[in-house]
Amino acid sequence: MLLIDCPNCGPREESEFRPAGEAHIARPEDPQALDDEQWARYLYYRTNPKGLQFERWHHFYGCRQWFNVARDTVSHEIKAVYPMGAAKPKDLA
Amino acid sequence: MARYSIFSLARNALSHHENWPRAWRSPEPRPTYDVIIIGGGGHGLATAYYLAKNHGISDVCVIEKGWLGGGNTGRNTTVVRSNYLWDDAAFLYEHSLKLWESLSQELNYNVMFSQRGLVSLLSTQHDIDSIQHRVHAMRMNGIDTEMLTLAQLKRWVPIANYSRKVRHPINAGAVQRRGGSARHDAVAWGYARAADGRGIDIVQQCEVTGFDIKNNRIRAVETTRGRIEAKKVAVSVAGHSGVIAAMAGLRLPIESYPLQAWVSEPLKPVLDTVINAAFLGVYLSQSDKGELVIGAARDGYNSYGQRGSFRIIEQAVAEMLELFPIFSRVKLLRTWGGIVDVSPDTSPLIGPLPVRGMYINCGWGTGGFKATPGAGELMAATLANDAPHPLVQPFGLERFSTGRLIDESAAAGVGH
Repeated sequence: MLLIDCPNCGPREESEFRPAGEAHIARPEDPQALDDEQWARYLYYRTNPKGLQFERWHHFYGCRQWFNVARDTVSHEIKAVYPMGAAKPKDLA
Repeated sequence: MARYSIFSLARNALSHHENWPRAWRSPEPRPTYDVIIIGGGGHGLATAYYLAKNHGISDVCVIEKGWLGGGNTGRNTTVVRSNYLWDDAAFLYEHSLKLWESLSQELNYNVMFSQRGLVSLLSTQHDIDSIQHRVHAMRMNGIDTEMLTLAQLKRWVPIANYSRKVRHPINAGAVQRRGGSARHDAVAWGYARAADGRGIDIVQQCEVTGFDIKNNRIRAVETTRGRIEAKKVAVSVAGHSGVIAAMAGLRLPIESYPLQAWVSEPLKPVLDTVINAAFLGVYLSQSDKGELVIGAARDGYNSYGQRGSFRIIEQAVAEMLELFPIFSRVKLLRTWGGIVDVSPDTSPLIGPLPVRGMYINCGWGTGGFKATPGAGELMAATLANDAPHPLVQPFGLERFSTGRLIDESAAAGVGH
């Protein structure tokens, strides 16, 4: 069970949260300009790293805010919690 | 390959069973092969076996970083079924189920395939409507299944709790009688022995570290036991598909998650069918050893850790006890997790990769075990002919750009 440090609520149990996949996937500025292959890459293709992953979490049963987490996908250790829209933490990126 | 039979059993009994030959060799890898299969789980070993048997290609090496069947093949809950909604998926899984029905004879190895039936329990009207829809679709495709009334269910599964005073009362069911379970280790070992018997090299403790790709064509696989050249490479590594693809400079529409299961202490026979209660997020069966084998939905976060969060177990056990109060004092013996490779439409991904000579078989998510014989056979045909077999043709990478997804999430057991 993960203990996740919500930026608003402090440390809470994982069961209050919902993971929402890889972070920092920007929606293309002009989707009409993309071909089907490029659009598929935006929609479906993921890094799926073994090791450090930057991902989104949603405090679904708490403050209902979204935020980013840097987490190791092997040890599950959470290395950083940072706001939506912020860049990846410099010491990790 | 020494054939197993009642006579070989009797003959070996005379020497106290101390002289059985090894089931397969452990050769050093040769410098070059026609085909390298990465991953010595059920799918990879089955691919190797059918390459030799159906296509006469036995210059094949299966490389495995750990031991045979030590990944998801040995970590699943052994359910075999073909109750899928969409035609493409139904034909694929039914092809596999038909191979299961003669697999022990085919391999001369008892995989303990037991068609004890797969019973889906249903609660809400929405459940019943959607399963009725699927039952109709399956029957149109010639796959056995039928709805069960409450009275029929009580005969099939007498130990369930049919009280109305529970949160989710049981109101109906459906059954696929040809569904059931098999012994997972035996599937890996049976295919390994049969593939080895046809001259295929199986190399364990040999991890892929990179690829030699020139002009977008595969030339060799770099491993911890040296460089091995091959004309074709098949990737059959389930949860680690993304890691292997990255070594070839590719990304996949696949994410890896933990899927957990657990078993109880052995009990006297009490449950003679496989139960799926999707509305509760739990499914279970009783193994031939007597253990209750219980599974739940996967964890939500990406992981390669081969373990998940206890909350999944806690919740699914609570739901199971509402269904089967009779198990309330049963002790759990052990829990474990495997890493499942989930695609966006929860259907598998089989076919060529953008690097010429490379093929992949992945994306089976939470339900790859049942597909072992079928995926192996169809992957072998795809490799041998350099073109997707018609049954797997809809399951290629291109579906994500054409938009022709095969959204089988409704049929993928308990929730993804």
